[in-house]
Amino acid sequence: MNFTNFGRYILLLKAVFRKPEKLSIYMKAIFKQMDFIGVGSIGLIAIISTFIGAVMTLQIAFQLVSDFIPKTIIGSVNRDSSILELSPTITAIVLAGKIGSAISSEIGTMRVSEQIDALEIMGINSPGYLILPKVLAGITMVPLLVILSMVLSIGGGYIGGTLSGAVSAAEYVQGITTDFNPYTIVVALVKAFVFGFIITSVPAYEGFYVKGGALEVAQASTRAVVVSCITILACDYIVTQLLL
Amino acid sequence: MIEIKDIYKSFGDNEVLKGISGQFKPGVTNLIIGGSGSGKTTLLKCMIGLHHPEKGSVEYDGREFTTMNFEEKIEIRKEIGMLFQGSALFDSMTVEENIMFPLNMFTDQKRKEKLDRVNFCLERVNLSGKNALFPAELSGGMKKRVGIARAIAMNPKYLFVDEPNSGLDPKTSIVIDELIKELTEEYNTTTIVVTHDMNSVMGIGDYILFLHEGKKFWEGSNKEIAHTDIQELNDFVFASRFMKAAKDKF
Repeated sequence: MNFTNFGRYILLLKAVFRKPEKLSIYMKAIFKQMDFIGVGSIGLIAIISTFIGAVMTLQIAFQLVSDFIPKTIIGSVNRDSSILELSPTITAIVLAGKIGSAISSEIGTMRVSEQIDALEIMGINSPGYLILPKVLAGITMVPLLVILSMVLSIGGGYIGGTLSGAVSAAEYVQGITTDFNPYTIVVALVKAFVFGFIITSVPAYEGFYVKGGALEVAQASTRAVVVSCITILACDYIVTQLLL
Repeated sequence: MIEIKDIYKSFGDNEVLKGISGQFKPGVTNLIIGGSGSGKTTLLKCMIGLHHPEKGSVEYDGREFTTMNFEEKIEIRKEIGMLFQGSALFDSMTVEENIMFPLNMFTDQKRKEKLDRVNFCLERVNLSGKNALFPAELSGGMKKRVGIARAIAMNPKYLFVDEPNSGLDPKTSIVIDELIKELTEEYNTTTIVVTHDMNSVMGIGDYILFLHEGKKFWEGSNKEIAHTDIQELNDFVFASRFMKAAKDKF
């Protein structure tokens, strides 16, 4: 995203947060988007998180070759890695692909078929009507999905570890309950909030300024996912640096 | 009445509109005609604020539009209805939801009142009973008529129509043209139609503004257009053999 694009992105956000024309219509749109972004992504996030947790446990166990390190450490490492990094970041990147491309192509198609012009002519603030519900749904549902991901990732580690015999159930449970720092949850939720904003606003920007036809809409959709992923990783570093 | 004064608009080095002026009166069908690339759609978009002219003014009944802020423009836009070239119906909504959309946004009417209005508008465009259909289930002509129904839902003072006959067969084109003319006269709207369809020009052109290479070349009525000696206008209007033959009979 170069400086011109960044400037246009900021101006678009300014328009997005103008006062809504009619709150009841916006509320309906917000709940619809919450269903799409949140409820519609539960299955995918659940599968990915469970498997990542299970694989993480096996890999940590594989790397613990010294008998001096207690096996309870497997649970602790899995817990902290899941909460601080894997659940927020992997969830965000997966959602950038699933939700980001859908948002970009939906708004882009509306742009090239003059539906956005139609909204403007009716006197509706089109950035607000189209983007605000998505952003609000993103910043509320992504943190909830991240919490779900944390739980399932740690649970997946338990299943993977006990099924393979890499760690006993008692050792794993002792590991995840020892020296737990609740602040890591705060850091993860701040990340999730930021990622939720990026996942919805960046693709919306890419779609909103599409010019051309079907090919350009597809290109914007690809660009939206790429830019979202890079922005997520950059913000991940910045938030971690600031909060830890 | 809508009055445009000395409108200039460029895209980069390409100067599309070069000082266009004109007056569009209510109750008559005003046409902006011209060849491809003559600037007619750009002029229409400057008038409704989708493009910002570098110079010149657009006045809606004496209210200067181009210098208005966002909120003031919204108030004018609530008085505008527009039919887009591709109809621009919201494809995730049914016909009923499309027409009801501006009513939901800007009125506090009860659902029954809104539904009555939707049914009235659908009846007006001869599409009664098509409430539950989605745009993808409609033919090109039906989409245009739903677009018109949505445009008139809020009783607009100003009606803009962009290429109403593109992609339609001649018979459906005449139906759409007559519908536009009827609505204009019935509700005394200031109607502006951008077209290059000669049937529309001859059929409903009460006032015609002819653009050529971004300039206003001629203005007049459909009765006068056959008798001009402006080469560019004659080349445009009487390009086909049929129209040439018809001209000889005028």
